[in-house]
Amino acid sequence: MTTPRFWREIEQRYRGIGVQCENCSRVYFPPREICPHCRRKSFGRMKEKELSGKGKILTYTKVHEPHPEYKMLTPYIMAIIEMEENVRLTGHLVDIDYEDVKPGMEVEVTMRRLGEESPKGIIYYGYKLVPVK
Amino acid sequence: MRAKEKVGIKSYAGYVPRYRITPKEIGKVWGKDGETMGRGLRINSKSVPSPDEDVVTISTQAATWALERSKLDGEDIGAIYVGSESHPYAVKPTATIVGASIGATPLMTAADFEFACKAGTAGFQTCMGLVSSGMMKNGMAIGADTSQGAPGDALEYSAAAGGAAYIIGTEDLLAEINYTCSYTTDTPDFWRREGKKYPSHGGRFTGKPAYFKHITECTRNIMKESATTPEDYDYAVFHQPNGKFPVKIAGKLGFEKEQIEPGLLVTRIGNTYSGAVPLGLASTLDQSEPGDRILVTAYGSGAGCDSFDITVTDSIEDIKNDDIPSIQEVISDEEFITYSIYAKYRDKIEGGR
Ligand SMILES: [Zn+2]
Repeated sequence: MTTPRFWREIEQRYRGIGVQCENCSRVYFPPREICPHCRRKSFGRMKEKELSGKGKILTYTKVHEPHPEYKMLTPYIMAIIEMEENVRLTGHLVDIDYEDVKPGMEVEVTMRRLGEESPKGIIYYGYKLVPVK
Repeated sequence: MRAKEKVGIKSYAGYVPRYRITPKEIGKVWGKDGETMGRGLRINSKSVPSPDEDVVTISTQAATWALERSKLDGEDIGAIYVGSESHPYAVKPTATIVGASIGATPLMTAADFEFACKAGTAGFQTCMGLVSSGMMKNGMAIGADTSQGAPGDALEYSAAAGGAAYIIGTEDLLAEINYTCSYTTDTPDFWRREGKKYPSHGGRFTGKPAYFKHITECTRNIMKESATTPEDYDYAVFHQPNGKFPVKIAGKLGFEKEQIEPGLLVTRIGNTYSGAVPLGLASTLDQSEPGDRILVTAYGSGAGCDSFDITVTDSIEDIKNDDIPSIQEVISDEEFITYSIYAKYRDKIEGGR
């Protein structure tokens, strides 16, 4: 990941900024240029939308072969959640044991360290999922 | 010091990582009786951040909850000050990342503060000046730390992680800040040189002439300014590097144990440094009723104190059943870890510095 690309994605990664199609009200995250349902009708009508960050677990899995950045947290849990805005989000589920995860469980987005460029480089922050307190 | 206009707390929230380690577990590794050590410090367990947590993530979680509780938008926040002695970057402000994550950037001012354990309350005072002068409507002050003691050092038994965020304003207040005052001297009781991983301290020197003298002077000063005595307060919050010092200073100043109980978190989560008083005050506000009066004195090595005389308003009732977790709810989610997991987490944290 190069630094400039990271800059462009900051709002998305930190705050869960998606887009909403003004034609059909569907929400997309990550943002899309056009709505796949409305196609041409959505031109110029995709507006920024801040997501609530809350949702329910649809499915989840335990990952044993880590991405190098996640070595410290292995094994870890990846979950797909359905957010309040009816948009699906895949994320790293933390602060819970695998045995305690249940489908339908309420989770929310929080900001965590995702990794770093190098020990001297910038630190990457972004969303992860945690059980609702 | 008293502001010309009414000023106070519009919202607040705190966050503490869920991992815990006991003094007994730490002592085992160093061939020491950690249990006795813990009893001496009156610390039963301390919080440990996960490898993906740091002052930025702790501050962001607290700031997000405080903003949600206030019903304000990120754009309504004119200033963010983050007080900490464990900012992830030596140069690159934590406050900018927190600002972006809550949607407060770019039309805002931001800076990181450092004054050992009272950097968070220094932010309170700065925000009080900005909002009461009318320069902005809302300012956010955060105190957070992920402090480390050198392995085997006495500080390893207490150094913990956590933080709290406050929105300071002049309207729709949950609590009014009637007075604030500070007491500052050049006292080298505890320090960390640039580029060093762990702090150094003057051992026994950190007690009497530092913590006790400064808190006594500052607290007596604010009670003089506000013409109050300990009996006028329902609660008091003092800096809590361990469970012993705040109890001792409270007694010495004439406060009862019951007055400091709601804000005394150190026995369960350890010393959260810049987070300690902001979290203690948050926990006290959680349990307070309209009209309650709270005295707060933060202490930072180096050395200085900030005191606050606070009166809770009727609006405190409005937040009691909101969706934001109380401090007790946050800290009751705990998972105890072994020293080997703790060492793995700590080394990762160091690696990032
Ligand atoms: Zn559409």
